[in-house]
Amino acid sequence: MTAYINGIGLISPQKTAEGKDFLTEIIEHNADYLKCLEPDYKKYLDPLLARRLSRLIRMGITSAKLCLDQAGISMPDAIITGTGLGSIEDTEKILGTIHLDKVLLNPTPFIQSTYNTISSQIAINLKCSGYNSTYVHRSFSFESGLLDALMQLEEKSAINVLVGGIDEMSMNHLSLIRRLGHWKMEPVNNLEILKSKTKGALPGEGSGYFILSSEKNEKSYARILSVKTIYKPDSTDEVEKEIRNIITSAGLTMQDVDIFLTGMNGDQDFDPIYYTLAEKLFTDKTLLYFKHLCGEYHTSTGFALWVAANILKRQVIPPVLIIKITPLTNIRNILIYNQYRNVHHSLILVAA
Amino acid sequence: MPRRIFITGLGIISGIGNNLRETMNSLLQSRSGIGKISYRKNYLTEDVPVSEVKCSEEDLFRLADITYSEGYSRTALMGIIAAKEAWTHANSVHSPELRTGLISATIVGGMDKCELYYQDFLHNDSRNIYINTYDCADSTEKIADLLGIRDFLTTISTACSSSANALLFGARMIRHGLLDRVVTGGTEALTKYHLKGFNALKILDEEPCKPFDARRNGITLGEGAAYLVLESEESVKTSNKQILCELIGWGNACEAFHQTASSPDGIGAYLSMKKALDLSGLNPGTVDYINAHGTGTDINDIAEGLAIERLFGQDIPLVSSTKPFTGHTTSAAGAAEAILSILCIQHQMILPNLNFSKPMKELTFTPVTKLLRNVPVNTVMSNSFGFGGNDTSLIFRRVTR
Repeated sequence: MTAYINGIGLISPQKTAEGKDFLTEIIEHNADYLKCLEPDYKKYLDPLLARRLSRLIRMGITSAKLCLDQAGISMPDAIITGTGLGSIEDTEKILGTIHLDKVLLNPTPFIQSTYNTISSQIAINLKCSGYNSTYVHRSFSFESGLLDALMQLEEKSAINVLVGGIDEMSMNHLSLIRRLGHWKMEPVNNLEILKSKTKGALPGEGSGYFILSSEKNEKSYARILSVKTIYKPDSTDEVEKEIRNIITSAGLTMQDVDIFLTGMNGDQDFDPIYYTLAEKLFTDKTLLYFKHLCGEYHTSTGFALWVAANILKRQVIPPVLIIKITPLTNIRNILIYNQYRNVHHSLILVAA
Repeated sequence: MPRRIFITGLGIISGIGNNLRETMNSLLQSRSGIGKISYRKNYLTEDVPVSEVKCSEEDLFRLADITYSEGYSRTALMGIIAAKEAWTHANSVHSPELRTGLISATIVGGMDKCELYYQDFLHNDSRNIYINTYDCADSTEKIADLLGIRDFLTTISTACSSSANALLFGARMIRHGLLDRVVTGGTEALTKYHLKGFNALKILDEEPCKPFDARRNGITLGEGAAYLVLESEESVKTSNKQILCELIGWGNACEAFHQTASSPDGIGAYLSMKKALDLSGLNPGTVDYINAHGTGTDINDIAEGLAIERLFGQDIPLVSSTKPFTGHTTSAAGAAEAILSILCIQHQMILPNLNFSKPMKELTFTPVTKLLRNVPVNTVMSNSFGFGGNDTSLIFRRVTR
């Protein structure tokens, strides 16, 4: 399976929505989480519609539009979304009053709280009656969507698939997950998470849509060769085996991987897994990370895919990503490796 | 030749039975699961008929054969019960040669516990163990951990077509050679969220639902879980399995019309049925029976009915909606109705569309109203349509040896 990335729309805590610069100006965040820099929606959405839609759905439709505009495509053949939490803001509106028997429920947040609203609102907006689906499995959500998209292309039931990963953070969700000890308790500057030496991640959010196509064109960034998810591996040896497997199955050798792009998030309990594998498998390779720029969220690998696609197209590695660099003349293959709390591991192999 | 997808195991818990055998008995007796809320009447106080799973939490733990412990939602428990039944029904054993996946569907996961304890989540630490039941993946992972499935795991949420899309995705993964065997289906517990939400949309019938009837007045909600085991030809051969039927066609389309209403002409329904037929390579005339989505809402039944007329022309197969039996089990409906469709093939029967008496003036056909036995049923189409216009159709065919 191989899919060309022919357009990207990314709304993130960095200046990515314009789609021009590649991490030339880095935004520092000193808050509890990394919040998206949202574009002026008036440019992309009918103001009436924009007011009616909740924030996540506005972000989703807009990033999908940015992606389609960049790819020069008005009608994709399929729309697929991965989201760990859907419109959590709408769900929380309902949960806030649901225990009060006398209070009637407002239909708008009810409708928008169902996870498929993003994909279907994009479809309604484009009048796209093609294949439409939504994956909602924690840190496998975006990867499941990618896998579906790759199969669509292979089945030849689609030439251009719009596939995205989208999640938002809310104040309630932030505090709930903090109760579970998954977030850092102390304030951290996002650019210093690897120095924190504490437990927990710095949360974030983002919405990234991609046009994956069976056809290469002058807009193509890179190719996705393969996607793999690994659930609760017995040990890092099992992850190592899967890494070797995904690379050899793509007809490459370990030496062909130029960059190991990892989901390190500054959690002292789980980051060692990345270092262990990097040292064992990619000793003399370039080691990068990205979550200090977007934060931890279920579909953060959408941000990582944007990073990998831009590195391969521009043949440039922005210094902010670097943990360790080996000088390269030609960047050919990047392996994205993400894991969340050693439960959900995923690999995305991207080639120039 | 594309890889074939065989179905080797079924498991179901719904308002008409806690397992496959009880379900079959209710079907044979035309016994509906719809009634007043009784098992959780202290909590779900809405005065509308529903099809409740006839179990307390304690009963569900017993049926799931797990010791009571905190952290299980009703969604997860029902999912475990049905998935385990399907797994056992297929005589499944783990083998390093077989890559097994779990593809599960749910609309709001463990909402039953989440809505109950949400104020605790916000204000104290007493119910933290349930915080993670909030999302859709929780029940999937509980099922996978219990069955020991690890090769592939995902969760799909496309409203009321969720588990039909789970079957479709599972079938495609086998066809692509990515998995040999997939446990797939969906689970959804009735909650205040569902009852209040659908009520806010004013689409709950005050009486048991009456699909395809001129007097229909909305949905009757149900709850339950249903899972199927799909296997590749190689996988079936190595284990010499019983084959219940074959999944030969699937189609997914989006209406792209409105977030909560079907288009007047049912274009999404037409497209998903057409895609499924095209993939199966069959002529419309070969379909013996359509297990319709048939919710009983004004709009769905017209749209679906017109789409059936458009696709099948003069040769409309027998049609019924089985939602008057099970209620609308939302995310689980696609898998539950797939199982009922397969039972029709296995037992050569057509299930009645209960509660029907007055034909709709918009349609030329009426649904089957009495249980038909000993009729040839070789090919069945099952429709599942969801909010957001997420429409999916599946086609099952009898396998003759």
